[in-house]
Amino acid sequence: MTVMVVRKLAGLPLLWRVLAVVGGLLVALALPWYIYPPVAMDIVAWALFAVALDLLLGFTGLLSFGHAAFWGSAAYTAGTIAIETGLPFPVAVLGGSVVAMVLAVPIALLAVRRTGIYFAMVTLAFAQMVYFVANQWSGVTGGENGLQGIPKELFGLDLSDPFYFYYAGLPIALVGLLIAWRVVHSPFGRVLVAIRENPARSRSLGFPVDRYKVMIFVISAGLSGLAGGLYAISHGFASLQEVYWTTSGKVVIMTVLGGIGTLWGSVIGAAVIVQVEDYVATSGINIGPLEITGPGLITGLIFVGVVLLFRRGVWGTVAHLLRRRRSVPDAEPHLSGTTAPAVEQEPAVAPKS
Amino acid sequence: MVIETSGLSKSFRGFTAVDRVDLAVEEGHVHALVGPNGAGKTTLFNLLTGFLKPTAGRVSMAGHDITGSPPERIARLGVARSFQITNLFEHLTLQQHVELALLGTTKLGHRFWVSDRVLTKFHDRAGELLDEVGLAKLRDVPAGTLAYGQKRALELALALALDPKVLLLDEPTAGMGLEDVERTVELVKRVRTGRTVVLVEHNMSVVAGLADRVTVLQFGRILVEGTYDEVRNDSRVIEAYLGGESAA
Repeated sequence: MTVMVVRKLAGLPLLWRVLAVVGGLLVALALPWYIYPPVAMDIVAWALFAVALDLLLGFTGLLSFGHAAFWGSAAYTAGTIAIETGLPFPVAVLGGSVVAMVLAVPIALLAVRRTGIYFAMVTLAFAQMVYFVANQWSGVTGGENGLQGIPKELFGLDLSDPFYFYYAGLPIALVGLLIAWRVVHSPFGRVLVAIRENPARSRSLGFPVDRYKVMIFVISAGLSGLAGGLYAISHGFASLQEVYWTTSGKVVIMTVLGGIGTLWGSVIGAAVIVQVEDYVATSGINIGPLEITGPGLITGLIFVGVVLLFRRGVWGTVAHLLRRRRSVPDAEPHLSGTTAPAVEQEPAVAPKS
Repeated sequence: MVIETSGLSKSFRGFTAVDRVDLAVEEGHVHALVGPNGAGKTTLFNLLTGFLKPTAGRVSMAGHDITGSPPERIARLGVARSFQITNLFEHLTLQQHVELALLGTTKLGHRFWVSDRVLTKFHDRAGELLDEVGLAKLRDVPAGTLAYGQKRALELALALALDPKVLLLDEPTAGMGLEDVERTVELVKRVRTGRTVVLVEHNMSVVAGLADRVTVLQFGRILVEGTYDEVRNDSRVIEAYLGGESAA
């Protein structure tokens, strides 16, 4: 029965997608009733961060290992704006996002000259520089102590209860997710996929590949900044952890765990990792001294397991199975939806003279 | 002259693949580049399209000096090429390929804020182009599943989608059956109107049927240039082919 329902849903891609969106929205709205509200807010912020990374990793084929720079710089900026000016917190978050985008421009211009592991290394190097600056510039960032006492101002409303703050912050994250979805399903998104598949061919079709990469890098940084600013406001502080390289690593793990190039996968990956870390940190499970193992050991094991067993990630595997039921070839991620006729084989290749 | 090179050279670690080539291609001509394997034909193509930067010499295309310009800028000047080693997007369908090529001729590609439904306006034109190269039935198949000759035909459709002033075809009929070779020759005859075509080709009957001018390359240098009949009877060309490796 369930299989039949699923099959029917999969046969109607549009309805399926609408249901997924409505379902996702309902889950997002119900979340703080079932989960400790600050954790729910963490899930939403990390989900947006992971989706932003997926725009690069999944849709353009660029692995950034320095996205903490954008998340963190936005966290500090949003915090500073909120503390110093007392403006409504969405303005502070937006300010953080803008600063992240400005920071992303020079980094992108230099990083896109490299590909593959070298691209990852360049982004990591820049993020470490940002970390160093944040550590030294304690007059602004608070150094080791971090930025504390960030207010949650919104036209005088009392948002000190995390339950209410969740509903104030959720729309910001949803707008961010909507932007990511729009980018993926735009002509620009089509070109990104082409660049991922074959950069040289894309250039000979007249697409300036490096300019496209810079654009998506800056968009991704802006969305990461939106997420980082929201996170800082939600917690009421911004610390060096936000610009540390483990933050860059954590978001990569979320995206890969959920399934790259799917958007939904990143949301699921973020939800799983945040939940597991919260559970391990609060349950008192103790595998050796916490300073050594901590929640990282459990998430690491889950990550290794998923990567070994489901190469496409959680959502990627589900989508692949559904697609197979409809016997559609895997023309990801923009499949056109018809069955492939058998391809006639040409006679043998004529010998070269 | 729509394409002009002067003293064009390319060396790879001491090996000179293209050696002081002065090539002039007249507007509206079909100009064939022939020569034994390793004569530098594909390297010359890569120099003309910006995929390689010359070691020395200059290239001008339709009056623009394009020496050292990147491929995407040369493409935007109305120069389209097909690749010898098939170079496609394995996971995209044929329809998506041609739509992408058509998108490349517009400014729409940068619009990340509009729906990709705007691409439906390319739908009919993409269908026509696929029909022209005989691939209309396979429009929804991922390119990775095509046979070699069909990939060559798709390459041609992509080049035509750019509506180029200059069409550079690197072995357009390699790997095709006889019937497809004939269709490709007819297609080039049809699309050459108002265009300049440069092709690298090993199949001499294709060259005979299409080319106004033929340039024979050997060891990276121009050996002979002339009409097909002039070149065919030139003693140096006969020697180059017979004296070198197995003849055409």
